[in-house]
Amino acid sequence: MNSKLYVSSSPHLHSGITISKIMLDVIIALIPALVASVIIFGIRALIVILVTVLSCVTSEYISRKLMKRDNTIYDLSAVVTGILLAFNLPVSINLAIAAFGGIAAIVVVKQMFGGIGQNFVNPALAARIILVASFPTAMSTWSKPFTNTFSKADIITTATPLSKAVVGTYDKNYFDLFFGIRPGCMGEICAAALILGGIYLLIRKIITPTIPICYIGTVFILTLILGKDPIFHILSGGLLLGAIFMATDYTTSPLTFKGKVIFGIGCGILTVLIRLYGALPEGVSFSIILMNILVPHIEKLTITKPFGKGGKSIGKA
Amino acid sequence: MFLTGYFKSSSLPFRTRGGVKVPHEKSTALEKTVVMPAPKQVVITTLQHIGAPCVPVVKTGDSVKVGDIIADSDKFISAPIHSSVSGTISKISKIIMPDGAKVDAIYIESDGLGELSTKIKPPKLETKENLIKIARESGLVGLGGAGFPTHVKLNVSDDKKIDTLIINAAECEPYITSDNRAAIEDTSDVISGIITVKKMLKIDTAIIAVEDNKPHAIKMLQDAINTQKENINLVKLKSRYPQGAEKVLIKAASNRVVPIGKLPLDIGCIVMNIASIAFLSKYIRNGIPLIEKRITIAGSAIKKPQNVTALIGTPISEIIKFCGGYKTEPKKILMGGPMMGIALLDDTFPILKNTNAILALDENDAILPETQDCIRCGKCIESCPMGLMPTLIESNVNSKDLKELQKLDTMNCMECGCCSFICPSGRPLVQAIRLGKKLLKDNNISKP
Repeated sequence: MNSKLYVSSSPHLHSGITISKIMLDVIIALIPALVASVIIFGIRALIVILVTVLSCVTSEYISRKLMKRDNTIYDLSAVVTGILLAFNLPVSINLAIAAFGGIAAIVVVKQMFGGIGQNFVNPALAARIILVASFPTAMSTWSKPFTNTFSKADIITTATPLSKAVVGTYDKNYFDLFFGIRPGCMGEICAAALILGGIYLLIRKIITPTIPICYIGTVFILTLILGKDPIFHILSGGLLLGAIFMATDYTTSPLTFKGKVIFGIGCGILTVLIRLYGALPEGVSFSIILMNILVPHIEKLTITKPFGKGGKSIGKA
Repeated sequence: MFLTGYFKSSSLPFRTRGGVKVPHEKSTALEKTVVMPAPKQVVITTLQHIGAPCVPVVKTGDSVKVGDIIADSDKFISAPIHSSVSGTISKISKIIMPDGAKVDAIYIESDGLGELSTKIKPPKLETKENLIKIARESGLVGLGGAGFPTHVKLNVSDDKKIDTLIINAAECEPYITSDNRAAIEDTSDVISGIITVKKMLKIDTAIIAVEDNKPHAIKMLQDAINTQKENINLVKLKSRYPQGAEKVLIKAASNRVVPIGKLPLDIGCIVMNIASIAFLSKYIRNGIPLIEKRITIAGSAIKKPQNVTALIGTPISEIIKFCGGYKTEPKKILMGGPMMGIALLDDTFPILKNTNAILALDENDAILPETQDCIRCGKCIESCPMGLMPTLIESNVNSKDLKELQKLDTMNCMECGCCSFICPSGRPLVQAIRLGKKLLKDNNISKP
């Protein structure tokens, strides 16, 4: 034997799990909702998604290059951000606005804070809020399902179930809500597809069910106590998209089990408060972003208890 | 999963925290151990255990027989070292241990006769004191890998009541099958060893803990237990790394938790490796001290992976030659398993008392993924059997924040490596924690 050996400290084995494999699983989990949005809103939905994904990936590439950091587009996290951003937009959105959203998400929210793992709020949600504040009309122009809007002229505008519920004009139809036959953001409407994606993420152990269960459970219990229809509140708006895909974002949610419980319950309370008592019909994005900001503090309070800490000896004769 | 650790399981094996699923790679499990003939030269280091190194009691030119003491120490945590061949001491010089320590090594040229020392005779065993003396004289140290002198472990002060003897046959490291072979080939020695220790230390219950990926060993042990009336139980552990780590094993087998900074005997347990207990029983029978060891030779660069019984001090290169040599160019040679083993600089180092495997890995297996930024997925925290937060410890090691390191109970890390194994960003987490432990030790704030 005369070859040189690698010498390193243990372990000498790796699980093979990589960031890009995790992100690929998230993308796969998003596909049912993506397909649903294309079926319900037509081919324009796909175009919006392509625009935001392209915008996110290009922004990531260029900003990393300008900041003289290594190229990270292959970790696929920018693709996930792009899809999630498109899911938070109405299908009729101006494509330039969609592209601007992608730039805001990646450059301002993600890369300026140091890139993957360093952003303190969810990039897609922060970008959505930037767009809602900058282009309020475009961000609240909802198309009717199955009208196949392609150009702006085709749009038949209508109100979302949640805004109808605020003024008391929504007549409940759980079937339509469950399968997404309703106006709303592209990715949030089809509950069935989102739940399917969530189950995939759970099976692949990409997420733990802690945050979604605590978030959705809190909304269920609170709306029930306050005399509203809990099933309507779970199926409408962006709750399922938010609870399954946005609140579980690794970077902006707590690391520990206890922290995740606090985070999920906090998101639930804020969402119900905004929906029922706030000026806005929907509050998922704001609730998650607010809880994102609290994560470092939640983390300080929820450090894990080491095995054997505070234990007592036995067997003293 | 959800609520893990909040529901306490009440059936065997008891629930343990964290851990990771590792590949088994135990292709050598079913093959009989092959005895390797004595090499021309053995190199016996004066540090074969955890504790104080021994001092050579022989000098160059002396002739020794198999079983003669060649190094000993008057320190408590130490164990005598015996010659594994008959022959002549050719030199005594410094050698660098795999962990970097520099100690004396005794080089013995074998005369090829393998003559036993005249001092060898079966020991007299009547009391607990006898047993402790015997354990020391046999040179036995923990054969599972840690190498803690057995006589120290058995020397329990009378105010501590020990009610459970746990035999560690978990063997949770990938590749290694030497304990599995010990369970299969030395079954009766294992059982008689357990009975002896139980009787001498007045222990009520013995538990043999085996991971459930060793059905053959489990069957052999269970059959042997069934033939006698002693209070010995077999616990099938889940195949999940690190089930064989002492504190994890105690929890899984007896549902007891060793408090931080305490020892198993503080909660009424003694844990012994299965190969150690089998050896002890053999020594009581024939009086031959610890001079040979069953070792798993495996890995992608080995031509004929198998278990080999080799004399202590045999150079690794000789053992690999005995196993058909290298199949491809080795790129990493490990003493021990891939999770906690030590990477060697070359293959000339001799095997030690506590060596349980030699692995030679090819280029493909030797390379680890490149490090990327932490994505805060929390997998390191989920996988930590000790309930620590590796990613936070790592960032505090990088910023040298001693106060925070202490708050995160850095010293409680047992360096099993689950965090580094699972990290999707390929971060060297346990490696950073080792630095953190050293930082705390250097600043004298390592006590919990």
